[in-house]
Amino acid sequence: MGMSGFEYAPAPESRAVVDLDPSYGLFIGGEFTDGTGSAFKSISPATEEVLAEVHEASAADVDRAVAAARHAYERVWRDMPGRDRGKYLFRIARLIQERSRELAVLESLDNGKPIREARDVDLPLVAAHFFYYAGWADKLAYAGHGTQPLGVAGQIIPWNFPLLMLAWKIAPALACGNTVVLKPAETTPLTALLFAQICQQAELPPGVVNIVTGAGATGRALVEHPGVDKIAFTGSTEVGRSIARAVAGTPKRVTLELGGKAANIVFDDAPIDQAVEGVVNGIFFNQGHVCCAGSRLLVQEPVYDEVLASLKRRLATLRVGDPLDKNTDIGAINSAEQLARIRELSDIGEAEGAERWSPPCELPDRGFWFPPTLFTGVSQSHRIAREEIFGPVLSILTFRTPAEAVEKANNTPYGLSAGVWTEKGSRMLWMADRLRAGVVWANTFNRFDPTSPFGGYKESGYGREGGRHGLGAYLR
Amino acid sequence: MTATAPPPYSDVTRSEASLRRFLHGLPGVDQVGAEARAAMLGTRSIKTTAKAWALDLAIRMIDLTTLEGADTPGKVRALCAKGRHPGPGSPPVAAICVYGDMVPTAVDALRGSGVHVAAVATAFPSGRAALDVKLADTRHAVADGADEIDMVIDRGAFLSGRHQQVYDEIVAVKDACGGAHLKVILETGELSTYDNVRRASWLAMLAGADFIKTSTGKVSPAATLPVTLVMLEAVRDFRDATGRQVGMKPAGGIRTAKDAIKYLVLVNETTGEDWLSPDWFRFGASSLLNDLLMQRDKLATGHYSGPDYVTLD
Repeated sequence: MGMSGFEYAPAPESRAVVDLDPSYGLFIGGEFTDGTGSAFKSISPATEEVLAEVHEASAADVDRAVAAARHAYERVWRDMPGRDRGKYLFRIARLIQERSRELAVLESLDNGKPIREARDVDLPLVAAHFFYYAGWADKLAYAGHGTQPLGVAGQIIPWNFPLLMLAWKIAPALACGNTVVLKPAETTPLTALLFAQICQQAELPPGVVNIVTGAGATGRALVEHPGVDKIAFTGSTEVGRSIARAVAGTPKRVTLELGGKAANIVFDDAPIDQAVEGVVNGIFFNQGHVCCAGSRLLVQEPVYDEVLASLKRRLATLRVGDPLDKNTDIGAINSAEQLARIRELSDIGEAEGAERWSPPCELPDRGFWFPPTLFTGVSQSHRIAREEIFGPVLSILTFRTPAEAVEKANNTPYGLSAGVWTEKGSRMLWMADRLRAGVVWANTFNRFDPTSPFGGYKESGYGREGGRHGLGAYLR
Repeated sequence: MTATAPPPYSDVTRSEASLRRFLHGLPGVDQVGAEARAAMLGTRSIKTTAKAWALDLAIRMIDLTTLEGADTPGKVRALCAKGRHPGPGSPPVAAICVYGDMVPTAVDALRGSGVHVAAVATAFPSGRAALDVKLADTRHAVADGADEIDMVIDRGAFLSGRHQQVYDEIVAVKDACGGAHLKVILETGELSTYDNVRRASWLAMLAGADFIKTSTGKVSPAATLPVTLVMLEAVRDFRDATGRQVGMKPAGGIRTAKDAIKYLVLVNETTGEDWLSPDWFRFGASSLLNDLLMQRDKLATGHYSGPDYVTLD
């Protein structure tokens, strides 16, 4: 890629730090137990090698897990002083830090994300979430959301940030005195199982955290279980809808964090170099498998040529390949199924008349790969401008005035995030006021912090995770 | 001065007002974003063959520097000897950088080596002198045989908005350089904002700088990765716009091989390989060379030799 002089030699992170068992059971009542469902394999999306076998939790297994969580809730966790709950969470946070390399390597292996991101973004944030909510455990009376926990929380998380989404779910639930049954995604269950070992290591009382692996049927059994008081889900809008239907008319509480089609808006007075960085980070971070990804770039017409040229130049330096290489910027697509969806929507983009561009890049023969891709000549009516692709594909549109930027950005059924790039403070605030998105990033994108609430408008879901607001989802 | 900037910017330098409009019309630099980008590139892992290549390139890019009141011909000769032959198997450095009065000594000691003599001039490091003194300083060094002149801009004039004065001075010094290459030191530690760094970079390039350089080494902070990133973006954009390639020299505070490699990664992923040569990228450094030599040795033999196995100067 134009680097014939300075060719970075392979710099693979060692896998030796990860010690995987050939097979894993379910984590129920503080112990790994055999499930009654069938076994399935978790593979590395970069090589398609089998990493380990895990077991699909049946309805009976889910029932056991919920019973274990109920038992722990009533006998131990609910009535434990917040200060003591906090001690367990602090202990878990420290163990995550101590074992962060192991967790990062396993996350990269099972998910396909670059080790650099797992190491520098996911893991520090995971630990930070546990530290943050550990601090809240004895201060709930000051948060303004009540002090009573809800009971047993059923939590279903996606495959894009397996451990980080686990942290977003488990840390606030436990801090508030709830116990949990968590189902990781079927393609990325392994770090959750390693987390279960960390719970054992931290001597967390049995049943406070239960992990049931499986696919849609396991999730459905958890959602429909009458012993569950609260459902927290992060994933697709389609599944979110079916969850909302399933719990309608029951006393269960629900928070949903669903899809997005975020606009990244670049004004003609933007800091262009950093805006281009932000656009790249907005859509190519984690292969674009990010619900709040900046998948629509809105550029003000006077700087369109300049921004497009800079973007193309920058894309040519992205390093696509082995996720465990420390210099990789873009790793593997998480599954064959997701790759098929990205291909399908990209082909539709071309068929509908948008122009597709990718830098020259060699993709590995095995595994699931998609090159970083731009579409120009995109209109609001194109499907690639409306539907969530959840991959490294950016649709580029233009606008003329701030009002038009707001209209276009809001013209979507989603409303999870937005980015605005301008050096003018008053315009930034004017935009932030009018954008219907849970998060509006000012001259940055995809920045996360445990103290900051996160969540969507419209079909991006309801409820907030993170910050003081996040406690409200687990208290009454 | 009558010199005009290269097209398409010939009109820019017509007046103080047009120059100011142009410089303030350059895209701003977001501090958080620029620092995050530089930090990310700092995580690149450069190993084995790539490291060996980078270490030798870094040695070839060094302006080995001594700029002390206590400098003597003996000290300068010793440094020149080291620059020619840094260590067994090592390539020579790019240049020896000295005060103007040491130029004859350095020229003599480097004759036939291909190693250049660079002289700081224009009332280095503060730049606080009358223009004719600065020009005399420059002409003197050139007449004594300096191949390269490292001038400082008038930061006072720049910070008070007298861009035209800074521009005219650079044009005048460039003229006084004759055939010698001109490096323009911005002293970024005193400019304080990345916006200023970008504007000063463009100002120097419009005025004819062959290189833009971060620092004198006498002010802290000297070279940093984000400042270098912003200046590399400037030389990249300037070539895109005018077709003229300008070199870049971070100076001061770069002491370890690890740091030097981070700078090379920054060059590689910002301007691309066209700048990965001593003709277009230099390190202003004194102690960096020894760490590069030790790392070079480590790569070849598998163990560290220690500071007693490389020469002081």
